[in-house]
Amino acid sequence: MRTHIEFKQIGVIASKEFWDRIRNRWVLAVAVIFTVFALVIAYFGAAQQGTVGFRGMDVTIASLVSLVIYLVPLIALILGYDAIVGERERGSLELLLSMPITHFELLMGKFVGLAGALAFSTLAGFGLAGVLLSYQLGPTALYHYVGFMLSAILLGMAFLSIAVMVSVMASDRMRASGMAIGLWFFYVLVYDLLLLGILVLSQKRFSLSFFPVLLYLNPADIFRILNVFGFEEVRKLYGLATVLPATLASPWLLGSAMVMWIVAPLGIAVWRFK
Amino acid sequence: MAYNVIEVRGAVKHFGETHAVDGVDLTVQAGELFGLIGHNGAGKTTLFKMMLGLLPVTRGEIYIDGQPVRGEAFRQVRRGIGYLPESLALYDNLSGLEVMLFFAKLKDADPRSCLPLLEKVGLANAARRRVRGYSKGMRQRLGFAQALLGSPRLLFLDEPTNGLDPQGIREFYQILRELREQGVTAILTSHILAEIQLRVDRLALMRTGKIQALGTVHSLREELNLPLDFQLTLQPGAEEALRQALANQPAASVQFNGTMAHVRCPRERKMTMLNALAALDSVVLDLHIKEPSLEDVFLGYSDATA
Ligand SMILES: Nc1ncnc2c1ncn2[C@@H]1O[C@H](COP(=O)(O)OP(=O)(O)OP(=O)(O)O)[C@@H](O)[C@H]1O
Ligand SMILES: [Mg+2]
Repeated sequence: MRTHIEFKQIGVIASKEFWDRIRNRWVLAVAVIFTVFALVIAYFGAAQQGTVGFRGMDVTIASLVSLVIYLVPLIALILGYDAIVGERERGSLELLLSMPITHFELLMGKFVGLAGALAFSTLAGFGLAGVLLSYQLGPTALYHYVGFMLSAILLGMAFLSIAVMVSVMASDRMRASGMAIGLWFFYVLVYDLLLLGILVLSQKRFSLSFFPVLLYLNPADIFRILNVFGFEEVRKLYGLATVLPATLASPWLLGSAMVMWIVAPLGIAVWRFK
Repeated sequence: MAYNVIEVRGAVKHFGETHAVDGVDLTVQAGELFGLIGHNGAGKTTLFKMMLGLLPVTRGEIYIDGQPVRGEAFRQVRRGIGYLPESLALYDNLSGLEVMLFFAKLKDADPRSCLPLLEKVGLANAARRRVRGYSKGMRQRLGFAQALLGSPRLLFLDEPTNGLDPQGIREFYQILRELREQGVTAILTSHILAEIQLRVDRLALMRTGKIQALGTVHSLREELNLPLDFQLTLQPGAEEALRQALANQPAASVQFNGTMAHVRCPRERKMTMLNALAALDSVVLDLHIKEPSLEDVFLGYSDATA
């Protein structure tokens, strides 16, 4: 179908999705979770090292990154897996598609609306934490924190895009939720272990230059690198500097890779949604 | 000027082994109120979905308003279509009015028409309540109101009176009649043949994916040549007199039920039968001639193929 795109229709769907999440307090709940976690980590994260209290922004961000890597993909997958398959299963999809709207517009509307809700709660949640901590922050720390928030949003979009793809391909909601949880498990828990395993087993048999590319195949890793490589202190903490050459750690390259992770699953979703 | 608003040519839909729609040709003209009947699983809903471009055809062509469904110009055609699906699902978390406003935006309909439409289907008092709390009939009414958004010129109504109370059914057909006077075309399905036979201009009878009969209720009746049913109320003890009067009516059959008698005879013998019964005027207290109903026609066709 080569019909032209009516952005108004995308907007109608997107605004319904967005306001649905505001009304059922999803946005509020997620924002509160982010704020609370951010504050707790900022003040108590170093407790196991024997100190309590604010420890400086870079270390705080490093801890937040570890948290966000678990939390944001999970939230995004839960948010998105139902988008299409839910309407299909409840039977409302048919009526929706009888309207003057294309499949593409419907899918984009869903994604934009949900992405808006996720971005809004991320910004509000971590933003509020940032404001509360701001009296402790210098300009560079603030810069890093803003970068952290933006990359967290990108990470959310990437997994939301994957979730929408799952939602298009799954035949029912049960399967969609299963696939979503499975993907979270794979990307967030298994993937890094797998890489580590490869690294250990292969010893020096294949060159390390090949290895960093594998990190690009996981949006969660891209997010980690994006945030970690900004700061000297943290880089040492992770000991990743040796693994990743500077050229591959360019924020622009990483950012583009993240955008690809948003565009590609959505593209597959559009292709499969007929 | 009558033109074909719906034109279906050789439509076929297979779901694996199931031949849900198996070569249907159908035209519906502008301004017609068209009924589609048939047993469960006959393929009515599947045909509807194909006509709306919601299901791709396995074979065949379908044009609505002269445009191929699923074609580029079909979006514009959709703006003039109202659809009430068989298994209606609306958004439980929204109020009736919000549901209407949402679809109004998608259809480019005037948002100010939402409340009057809800009023029209008898939901004025429930407009601001959540759909979650609606009864089955209320949901159906909301679905119908939704189908009327944007003053559609063509309505697809799949079992529209399903779940409506008698009052609701009457109001529904009243609205449909008004719309028809404005030149709106409508195609609807129903299993309640008594309600549909008085109201549609033409109808099609579907059976296992095929159109088995097509025409006005009258012409379908003629085609099957179903017998007429004379319903008599007799004086007590008049059975024998009636039997004798029918003795020289070889094609007639009679059944007694207390003081009631049912006499069946071929349509073309209507006048001779009336004459024979007129001679019994001293014992026949009352007489009704019952034309075969659409239900009889429906069952007649079922028997014919069985
Ligand atoms: N999505 C589907 N997948 C497989 N088979 C289907 C599907 N949809 C319909 N069918 C089959 O196609 C046939 C026609 O179904 P359809 O829903 O069109 O019947 P109908 O005439 O609307 O029946 P009813 O009066 O019960 O509403 C049935 O045998 C049904 O099982
Ligand atoms: Mg049906």
